Amino acid sequence: MPTRDAAAPGAPRARTRSATPGQRIPEASRTRLSGWGGALGVESLVLRPEDIEQAQATLAAQSRSADAVRGVIPRGMGRSYGDAAQLAGGHVIDVTGMREFSLDGARGTVTAQAGVTLGELLGSLVPAGWMLPVVPGTQHVSVGGAIASDIHGKNHSTDGSFGHHVEALGLLTASGELLELVPGAPDGLFEATVGGMGLTGLIAWARIALKTVRSAMMTVDSDRVAHIDDALAVLASPAGGTYRVAWLDLVASRVGRGIVTRAEHIPDPGLAVASDGPRTVADGERATVATKFTVPARWPAGLLRASTIGPLNELRYRSVPRRKRGKLESIGTHLFPLDALNAWPRLYGPEGFLQYQLVVPYGHEDVLHSAIGGLRRRRVPCYLCVLKDMGEAGGAPLSFPISGWTLTLDIPWSAAGLRPLLDEFDCLVAEAGGRVYLSKDARMRPDALAAMYPELDRWRAARDRVDPERRWRSDLALRTGLVESVSG
Amino acid sequence: MSATGAKRVLLVGGSSEIAVAIGRRLAVDGAVRPYLLGRSAEQLERAAAELVQAGCEPAAVGIVDAAALPSHAAAVEQAFASAGGFDIVVIAVGMLGGQEGLDSDPDTAAEVMQVNFLGAGSLMMDCLRALRSQGSGTLIVLSSVAAERARAGNAIYGAAKAGLDALAQGLADATASTGVRVLVVRPGFVTTKMTEGLPPAPMATTAAAVADATVLALDGKAHTIWVPGRLRYLFAVLRHLPRPVFRRLPL
Repeated sequence: MPTRDAAAPGAPRARTRSATPGQRIPEASRTRLSGWGGALGVESLVLRPEDIEQAQATLAAQSRSADAVRGVIPRGMGRSYGDAAQLAGGHVIDVTGMREFSLDGARGTVTAQAGVTLGELLGSLVPAGWMLPVVPGTQHVSVGGAIASDIHGKNHSTDGSFGHHVEALGLLTASGELLELVPGAPDGLFEATVGGMGLTGLIAWARIALKTVRSAMMTVDSDRVAHIDDALAVLASPAGGTYRVAWLDLVASRVGRGIVTRAEHIPDPGLAVASDGPRTVADGERATVATKFTVPARWPAGLLRASTIGPLNELRYRSVPRRKRGKLESIGTHLFPLDALNAWPRLYGPEGFLQYQLVVPYGHEDVLHSAIGGLRRRRVPCYLCVLKDMGEAGGAPLSFPISGWTLTLDIPWSAAGLRPLLDEFDCLVAEAGGRVYLSKDARMRPDALAAMYPELDRWRAARDRVDPERRWRSDLALRTGLVESVSG
Repeated sequence: MSATGAKRVLLVGGSSEIAVAIGRRLAVDGAVRPYLLGRSAEQLERAAAELVQAGCEPAAVGIVDAAALPSHAAAVEQAFASAGGFDIVVIAVGMLGGQEGLDSDPDTAAEVMQVNFLGAGSLMMDCLRALRSQGSGTLIVLSSVAAERARAGNAIYGAAKAGLDALAQGLADATASTGVRVLVVRPGFVTTKMTEGLPPAPMATTAAAVADATVLALDGKAHTIWVPGRLRYLFAVLRHLPRPVFRRLPL
């Protein structure tokens, strides 16, 4: 059981416990939930336990409730873009109340409960000289969500996905048992849980191996590229830092121009800020990003269109020199740029947007060109496009990353002809041996899922061992057929 | 419409093949947000999964037993509150049985009448009240050509459907000025799991054909449709045949 690290600046708020732990059960509240993309909102019965015992009691109470038949799904920070962490009319266990963690400096690990965010961890770890080996493009994801989505970062080619660094995790199963899972066990349950979209059970805690850092600063190389092929070449070159990504401008008349960045933690203490002396709170702040502006709830949707994004992209493209080496940026600024803009999906208006992320093996660059060309031909707007390289797959059957190129497209839901176009993309991706990221998905069809994830049956077999009645369900799982109805 | 422009559709008797077919057919034309009400959670879950996999947005389900009349108001209210209202409500509550007329099992005969008339009628009235207070929406009632004139072989089923049909027609006129439209659908023999094992009647149709005709009618102004359409003219004749002649028809 993880215990609270009293010295941690991000330490959890003190909470009163009832005399008999586990007996107090949080009340279900009917709440409207949606993914980070803002579309497909549904009403769910949300339960928010504050520790692992309460989570167990909550799950037991859920199984006895009248609405139990719909099923139950865990939810963390709600950063999945689509419908992965919601269940229309069903129960949702919000894990954000489970937020204790402790650092084991001797072993270089942190043990954290499901609801701790990676930002909270970084705020404590980086001043102590430790770094999470994998972080996504936002600090606001929970540990449980990071494992359930098997998230990847800009350093995937060298460091793999998040699940690769999890040494052990606690899984609360449908039967109410709290199992400790480790990689490589014969039942394959650890691997089914990593990237398993919360459908094997509730990830209660995890022990994560850390890497050391000398500073909260990174050195960043950037290169302006005129075409996607140049971006591919820069990303493929062995030189430069391990945190690599390319931003591509799909709004400009010269489609596919962009900026490639390659960054690395500062290796030389002489360059670092406050690296030799005692670590400071400032290092914790540099590891994260504070909110600078919140997009108001009633943001007019019409403001986001090619005529407004075009000049912004132009500015972004021109603001970077053709070739810049060794610029110093903090971990937070470089890795979580969008976190400064709170609630940014509201920019897309009430209809929201979807994020389509594909990966295809090296040698299938034609799919990248087809996707970008297809958007252009059908006049489907894409306001943000990110390209990067990925390393070897981790061995979890539903984990997204495979060795190859990943392309991420942000598209407003209101775009005409979007669904048929993405169905076409799905076919191209599946034929190339690639796949689409489930944590981003909001529209994929069951046949596409089966074609993209060849180890689906292996995953289902492991899932059936811990949840034969298939109580863990989400709107994503029902829509894609990840969780089939129990036959009978 | 929901915030995202999806049609909100309430399917009462949500696991019936015709209800699911209507949901699927609606999703061909645009985004649909289904809510399924019915008796069996497992069957509703299967129907909900079929709908979302056919392209509907996330589906919700609610449990209601057509035979448990006092529970109807709360279940319907819950559905309307949770979805924020509906654009389309489909009443597809029904069961088959009592084909042996007087020789049918009395419990089954009573149950057919209770579910098909009282149960479906009560749910329909609760839905109509909710639609009237929102001041918009279309209610689709699955009736039957048997409602027009019951035969010896389907007297019990036909009588219950006749009651429901008459209730729907009458209430349609009562709500006509409130912005609510009622569409009564009278299919002939539909080959579904409900009619499995029965000898198919002439002009048999399918759930998909009923759904096609129903969704097509949503764009028009009809208050009653027949599926297939020629049944309208056949029954216009049949209902006026003298009893001794009708009795001897090989129907």
